[in-house]
Amino acid sequence: MSNPSYLIVGATLVSGERTDLLVQDARLTPVAPNTSNSNTAGAIRIDAEGLVALPGLVDLHTHLREPGFEQSETVLTGSRAAAAGGFTSVFAMANTMPVSDTAGVVEQVMALGDDAGFATVRPIGAVTVGLAGERLSEIGAMAHSRAQVRVFSDDGKCIHDSLLMRRALEYVKTFDGVVAQHAQDPRLTENAQMNEGALSSELGLKGWPAVAEESIIARDVLLAEHVGARLHVCHVSTAGSVEVIRWAKSRGIVVTAEATPHHLLLTEDLVRSYDARYKVNPPLRRDEDVEALRAGLADGTIDIIATDHAPHPTESKESEWDAASFGMVGLESALSVAQTALVDTGLLQWADIARVLSQKPAEIGRLADHSHAFEPGAPANFTLYDPSSSSTFDLDRLAGKSTNSPYLGLTLPGRVQYTFHHGYPTVLGGTVVDSTTVAASAAAWKAGRTHG
Amino acid sequence: MRHLLSTKTLSQGEALQILDVAEDMAAVSTREVKKLPALRGKTVVNLFFEDSTRTRISFEAAAKRLSADVINFSAKGSSVSKGESLKDTAQTLAAMGADGVVIRHHASGAPHVLAESNWIDAPIVNAGDGTHEHPTQALLDAFTIRRRLFGDRSRGRDLDGVSVVIVGDVMHSRVARSNLWLLQTLGAHVTFVAPATLVPFGAETDWPVGISYDFDQTIRDTRPDVVMMLRIQSERMNAAFFPNAREYSREWGLDDARLASLRPDTIVMHPGPMNRGLEISAGAADSAQSTVLEQVTNGVSIRMAVLYLLMSGDREVQP
Repeated sequence: MSNPSYLIVGATLVSGERTDLLVQDARLTPVAPNTSNSNTAGAIRIDAEGLVALPGLVDLHTHLREPGFEQSETVLTGSRAAAAGGFTSVFAMANTMPVSDTAGVVEQVMALGDDAGFATVRPIGAVTVGLAGERLSEIGAMAHSRAQVRVFSDDGKCIHDSLLMRRALEYVKTFDGVVAQHAQDPRLTENAQMNEGALSSELGLKGWPAVAEESIIARDVLLAEHVGARLHVCHVSTAGSVEVIRWAKSRGIVVTAEATPHHLLLTEDLVRSYDARYKVNPPLRRDEDVEALRAGLADGTIDIIATDHAPHPTESKESEWDAASFGMVGLESALSVAQTALVDTGLLQWADIARVLSQKPAEIGRLADHSHAFEPGAPANFTLYDPSSSSTFDLDRLAGKSTNSPYLGLTLPGRVQYTFHHGYPTVLGGTVVDSTTVAASAAAWKAGRTHG
Repeated sequence: MRHLLSTKTLSQGEALQILDVAEDMAAVSTREVKKLPALRGKTVVNLFFEDSTRTRISFEAAAKRLSADVINFSAKGSSVSKGESLKDTAQTLAAMGADGVVIRHHASGAPHVLAESNWIDAPIVNAGDGTHEHPTQALLDAFTIRRRLFGDRSRGRDLDGVSVVIVGDVMHSRVARSNLWLLQTLGAHVTFVAPATLVPFGAETDWPVGISYDFDQTIRDTRPDVVMMLRIQSERMNAAFFPNAREYSREWGLDDARLASLRPDTIVMHPGPMNRGLEISAGAADSAQSTVLEQVTNGVSIRMAVLYLLMSGDREVQP
């Protein structure tokens, strides 16, 4: 049985143009308002008055935790959180247990994503075996597997050995892949807890100097230039890093970079509370850094926003600061935070949001069958977002397994009202569709693709 | 004041109140019967996640002189070393009916986390957390300075214009931090003297303190009222903060020659335990200018005052 058709009435595209959208057989077609034909007549109508239609968001940096850390998140719950945030594709980081460093693990992660049906799950492969930073993992096998891995990362750990990083850049180039580097000099950040500055000294928390990130990025862009390979820099967090990347791009080095929503909004001042919800890697930085990241996104130095969604169980955050885990969940809140930091401040338009949260991350990750243009016949992956509302971000808004969000209790603008993945809804009227229904829709889509 | 977590957030009024109540407590300690009934029937828990016999027995003596019952909970060899969380420990103490918790923890901010949590409702006293603060040490140091300077006329006095030089491993010292904030609140001028590797990052630009790398020149330039020496830990040498003990001692130790270059009435302080011959010579430690043992005595009075003010239930009390 195929999935039903939908008629989205009165959506606003990022260009400002208003259109109806007919969603049928996993494809979308813009239709003029009040079109009446046999296709639209049988479709379920959705009133999208006042809603912005964005292409399905793509997160290049998600931790789904499965296999191995299912108490924090699973592929199902993580991709459900993604749908709640308007995402239709997520790239799942490799620091699972076992590590995603073989074709078997990445194919398993992808299959779990396909079965759940909330989003396209593209596994990221580990650059080195076991993330140990010693020898390359089977990058070719992962690239040629059914998961078609194109992004390779030891995220959580920095590939700090310069020779190994050079080899990784070269070898990954062989498969049209990209190395996504977690830039953190390990010696300069031993037991580091927060941004290094007068505040870390006052609070007695071990400092995490900006230079520990910037020096690695500087080395990596020079290596990428030397060997002519693509480099992607994960979660850029300092003004100095933005400067280095701007310089690299001006030299024609093929480097892309991401910023997380939390580094675009929150600062180290929150650490005064010693509330471990604010403990994250890289750490929250200063106001100047937040401003530099926003400016970097506005001028294209920073290419994309990626969430670094990092779920942790309650007990990992309910402790003294030093003992707590690094990371925050971010999929469900990403769009609202982007609106606060970038749209409401006038730095970015909605078309730019579509670029940095959908088009560019899809390009960097070589995501197949992705479109951001709402052209006739485009894959029906999109989200309908209400930017005019404003509400307290509370537990109801979280759809993953973990609740370590730094935004709980804050008033944030906007709300994802609908998300469509492969032409079926994963979010309807602001509510995430139940997992059984979504799995059935995904199965119907898969059957239709096979037979159709 | 519901908890005592830091001196950074202490107002001058609150600080002077503690110092003045400590004067009353000191008077009690000179009596034949060194005991007040103020906390009779209340239970103080000394929750020590880090070894510190001196601080623990000082708090224990203070609580006992106020007639409180004292439970010492040491993390070593207890369930804590088997992985029990701070939360479970705190809830256990709450369930046992602790009326006040004195906590020493290796993690900065742990007392803060305890105070902000709903795990336990009792007043929390920070007895030293990581490299953050050690507020009762700073209070007893200020009390000691005030008594040396003003004697019986100490009550109600601040430390306006007093010059204090703090020497040594400031970076890793919660004592130095707590002293800086409190002394500044009381009107004193503070100078840190240390190798650049041991100056807290950002202190030079953002903290209300003078920074010097040269001990001798600082003595010449400031003619300080107080020189406070910090304990230097040998593991710092391995982490390349300075080359070796000999060089450290030559540049930043208070040896006999430097002692002689001080004003004869300059007070020499050390929070203890001392490394004699390293950061302080025996001559300096045992001189008439040294207040090392007064600091220990005054520590009990300060801790009595803090426990009394937080736990007696009579928050309106004036000294």
